[in-house]
Amino acid sequence: MTMPTAVALENAKVAFRLGDDRVYTAVEQANLTVGQGEFVAIVGPTGCGKSTLLNVAAGLLKPAAGGVEIFGRPLAGLNRDAGYLFQADALFPWKTAIDNVAIGLEIKGTPRSEALPRAQKWLTSVGLGAFAGRYPHMLSGGQRKRVALAQVLIRDPKILLMDEPFGPLDAQTRQVMGNLLLDLWNADRKAVLFVTHDLEEAIALADRVVIMSAGPSSRIIGDWRVSLPRPRDIFEVRLDKEFHALHREIWGVLKDEVMKGYAQSTLAKEAV
Amino acid sequence: MSRVTLLGLQILVAIVGIALWQLLSTVPVFGKILLPPFFFSNPVDVFAQIVKWFSSGVIWKHLGITLTESILAFVIGSLGGVLIGFWFARQPLVAAVFDPYVKMVNALPRVVLAPIFALWLGLGIWSKVALGVTLVFFIVFFNVYQGVKEVSRTVLDNGRMLGMSERQLMRHVYWPSALSWMFSSLHTSVGFAVVGAVVGEYLGSAAGLGYLIQQAEGIFDVAGVFAGMFVLSAFVILIDFGVTLVERRLLVWRPTVDGRG
Repeated sequence: MTMPTAVALENAKVAFRLGDDRVYTAVEQANLTVGQGEFVAIVGPTGCGKSTLLNVAAGLLKPAAGGVEIFGRPLAGLNRDAGYLFQADALFPWKTAIDNVAIGLEIKGTPRSEALPRAQKWLTSVGLGAFAGRYPHMLSGGQRKRVALAQVLIRDPKILLMDEPFGPLDAQTRQVMGNLLLDLWNADRKAVLFVTHDLEEAIALADRVVIMSAGPSSRIIGDWRVSLPRPRDIFEVRLDKEFHALHREIWGVLKDEVMKGYAQSTLAKEAV
Repeated sequence: MSRVTLLGLQILVAIVGIALWQLLSTVPVFGKILLPPFFFSNPVDVFAQIVKWFSSGVIWKHLGITLTESILAFVIGSLGGVLIGFWFARQPLVAAVFDPYVKMVNALPRVVLAPIFALWLGLGIWSKVALGVTLVFFIVFFNVYQGVKEVSRTVLDNGRMLGMSERQLMRHVYWPSALSWMFSSLHTSVGFAVVGAVVGEYLGSAAGLGYLIQQAEGIFDVAGVFAGMFVLSAFVILIDFGVTLVERRLLVWRPTVDGRG
């Protein structure tokens, strides 16, 4: 590949101490690269450590072994090149929508008078121009996600990390958000690492789909290239023949892991 | 139920209550007055006493003193609670060391401190302020401590990923969270500031609502005691209303549980 690598995980292992002497290995030896301008989706069953892997790329978690390189340089501390879209609500509840978006600039020292108009522009581009003065609790779940997207994108990060960002939303809103994301992404093609448990969503959005095995000690067990033409429309692309073929192929691998993951989680519950 | 009906019913309760009180304390039932005036006075006398206080203007001085004490207790107690609460929450070691002592002092019924404060600070307003402070401080302290401790992990991570420094996290995340917890206990802490002031006055002072009630009690002037109680509750309701107004302005960003907003 000629493009320089935006994110590279090399034999990254993630483990947690469980209070006593036991150690829980979430991810075993993950090798994963995201090229510049590449949209990579990680799919895996519940509890496979895909969010964990994302936190490693963000620098929120230190790998127990192995390394993380961002644009060829080893990552130390937080990943300053990355914007992170969280699964849970992460907006500052005490700030209005526009203040939530502007804060990313204000932190960098941009004067408020300059940050606010730019925040307004971003709110408009996520379709919330008229909601600038609302507090997060006055917005719907989908609207909050839009604000969160604007909050991350206004800082113009080179890498976008997304942890099941549309997970809590209903099916229709998810598709609308997916299209919005693709539109915004098309404008400047950042490197994206997108975690989801929804295979359809992954194929519809991404250039590459990476499959993880069921945890604990999960590994990356598959890597598919999605060559569906861009720009894509999430609604249309699902009707594509190639989409179906790819979906069947990947699901064949994923299905076993989902069943394993399900068995694991029920076992764990019984143990508790 | 419409607002008007509700208000009508609320007023009706007051009228029935007062009428019963008046009747039972003046008209004998089966040859016996059920509420002897010596112990229960009657509404007319109580009302007359209140009117007398306000028309002569005596009451303003006492109200002013109690209000001053309450405000001072609230401000000092809150300030201390916010600072210490913040400090403890950010320094777990300090919190762990002081934990048993904080619990010990908080377990102490504050009224027993009143004589000590009277000895140390005299019979003026400061012994009452001190009593109020000990009440307000702990409420604010525990709330701020909790507020800083329980900042959502995700919001905190989001702040970090957006590039906030430790100082910026303090300003944009910890501080607003702590303040919101403090404001959510505003009614309680303001109420306790008044309790501290009045109890302090009652136990020894030369002015204030508590003093007024204590004086009336000293000469078996039951009408005076009741009159003092009514003025006091009206005073607290007014303050509480003020707090509600402040709260609505400061906590606009919070979803209202009771659907007021």
